[in-house]
Amino acid sequence: MKRISRRDFISMGTKGLVGGILISGFPYLLREIAKNGIAARAAGDEGLERHYWGFAVDNEKCIGCGRCVVACKNENKVPWEPEFNRTWVERYIIGEKEEVFVDSPNGGRDGFQNFPPKLGIPESEVWKSFFVPKLCNQCDKPPCVTVCPVGATYLTEDGVVLIDQQHCIGCRYCIQACPYGARFFLPEHGVVDKCTWCYHRISRGLVPACVEVCPVKARVFGDLNDPAGTLKTTLASKRFYVLKPELGTAPKVSYIGFEKGVR
Amino acid sequence: MAGFIYPNEGLVEWDLLIVIYPYITGLVAGAFVVSSLYHVFGLKRLKPVSRFSLITALAFLMVTPLPLVMHLGRPERAFEMFLTPNLTSAMSAFGYIWFFYLLIVLAEVWLVFRPDITRYANANEGAKKTFYTVLALGVLNISEAAHKLDEKLIKVLAFIGVPVAFLLHGYVGFIFGAVKANPWWSTPLMPIIFLMSAIVSGISLLIVVYLAITRLRRAEVEHKCFHFMALWLGGFLTVAIVLEGLEIFSMFYEQEESWEIISQLISQQIPVSYFGIQFGIGSVLPLLLLALTALFPLKERSKTALALVSSCLVLVGVFAMRWNVVIGGQLISKSLRGFTSYIPPIWGINGLVTSIAVMILPFILLAVLVYLLPPWFVEEKPKPPERRGFVFRTSALAVKRES
Repeated sequence: MKRISRRDFISMGTKGLVGGILISGFPYLLREIAKNGIAARAAGDEGLERHYWGFAVDNEKCIGCGRCVVACKNENKVPWEPEFNRTWVERYIIGEKEEVFVDSPNGGRDGFQNFPPKLGIPESEVWKSFFVPKLCNQCDKPPCVTVCPVGATYLTEDGVVLIDQQHCIGCRYCIQACPYGARFFLPEHGVVDKCTWCYHRISRGLVPACVEVCPVKARVFGDLNDPAGTLKTTLASKRFYVLKPELGTAPKVSYIGFEKGVR
Repeated sequence: MAGFIYPNEGLVEWDLLIVIYPYITGLVAGAFVVSSLYHVFGLKRLKPVSRFSLITALAFLMVTPLPLVMHLGRPERAFEMFLTPNLTSAMSAFGYIWFFYLLIVLAEVWLVFRPDITRYANANEGAKKTFYTVLALGVLNISEAAHKLDEKLIKVLAFIGVPVAFLLHGYVGFIFGAVKANPWWSTPLMPIIFLMSAIVSGISLLIVVYLAITRLRRAEVEHKCFHFMALWLGGFLTVAIVLEGLEIFSMFYEQEESWEIISQLISQQIPVSYFGIQFGIGSVLPLLLLALTALFPLKERSKTALALVSSCLVLVGVFAMRWNVVIGGQLISKSLRGFTSYIPPIWGINGLVTSIAVMILPFILLAVLVYLLPPWFVEEKPKPPERRGFVFRTSALAVKRES
């Protein structure tokens, strides 16, 4: 038998090792991608009820008071500055020729009365206007979870996307990947933050802070697994739509009274 | 800020550091491709730059992770990318691909320079001898048989290196191309566009730096080699322009919902850096200049000069391309109704000064590498270099001069 030199041995060994790693890792990678990147899940929720949380926003009811934004900032210690929002309210004004004007002064934090809209048309030609509250859609196929390089953001069994801020490295890829602008960077902590539907509250049987304070019940929170619950019964009697369904993110915030052009 | 943006979109999160990251990676990939054209594909006319391109790739490769880590909100957790990777994230692959590629390039540099390292180790005394012996990893065998084996291994490594270089940079394109939320990024063409512009920028970098160093060394300019590189530059540049043009043309032709905001982006927000620099003076103009060198019988010197000018323009153009992708894509609001604005600050970690320093670093590393391992093929030149500092005193050349 031919003797193998040390160099050949190392060369062959390296090739085999690298090849083996690549080949053995491949099925795992494909499986993860097919699962849409849900690499991590919250620790077992034994003892808690089996929930699958959902959210509905009624655009026809929202009056743009901004109480939800303030409540959220207080509840979740979101910085008061207008560029950090777990939830915000947008004002849509549509002209007779279907020109769309959108604004959200300070994220709707201070309401809208003191902020006259900057329209490109005379006020008499305004056709209709309404408010659209926004928050994290807690997508069933969250692109933010797919792209997180360290698995610091994950989808829980009860359907909420959370961030482990002790683990987040602050690369901000998730901010780029979110089609809804729901995520933001906390410069003083160097990590990303976003709406959790007040996970600390809903896990204790409370509703999210924004739902709690809404004076007109434009925000409905509930369990999608509970056919007799508020959420399911509300949605049963209404037509609703979700934001950007074409992106395949399967968002879980349903908008009642959805208008063409809202995105 | 113009039109409506979501409230959280006021700040551009991927800033100047993330612009120079793909720029540097691209230079690595391009420089490595040139060395592989010689080592794998046997293009002998590239011999003068074959070793230089390899250490250029190494110098830039070592800096690649720096802008990324500096940009992290929690840089001290950067190592989590290796420890707890989320394999569905394109970004989590970076550490592995980069590390693997670094090993390949290091191994190739070592094998290519091994005869030199051994020669320095044998010819020197004291600390220098120790240093080069350590660098040789104790392998001081430069027999004919060992040389043959080295050659073979170099070829194998270069052969593996090409796809990995493509992977390293194609993956950078994928990071952007796979973001479905962003219509300006989301196209499967993105990896290949990044790859082509990478190769183009790498060849240009070699032309510029090698020519500059040749002048500094007062060595003879290897015109043939430069013209050959210019030819390849022209070829890859053509492909790059076609792909970049195809990308925007298909967006225009398909007229999707996002076209309205994209057309505003390129016509109002970034027209100068997009049409003016990326396409105009960064792509079409250098291509025309390169065409001049190919079509008309010019003097060798002027051909080289034109290649140099084209290369400088291409380097600027590719930087503009990185800017237009990274910053341009973030200017668009995901509401598709407006734009945020971005002007890089001068100071601070995200500032101009830091970024310029990061860009200078690979050149310093390159100078150190060139000092330790001169990549010139000295045997071929009977005339000794005039700058003494560049050559080790006890090398064969110096001995010859004394006699």
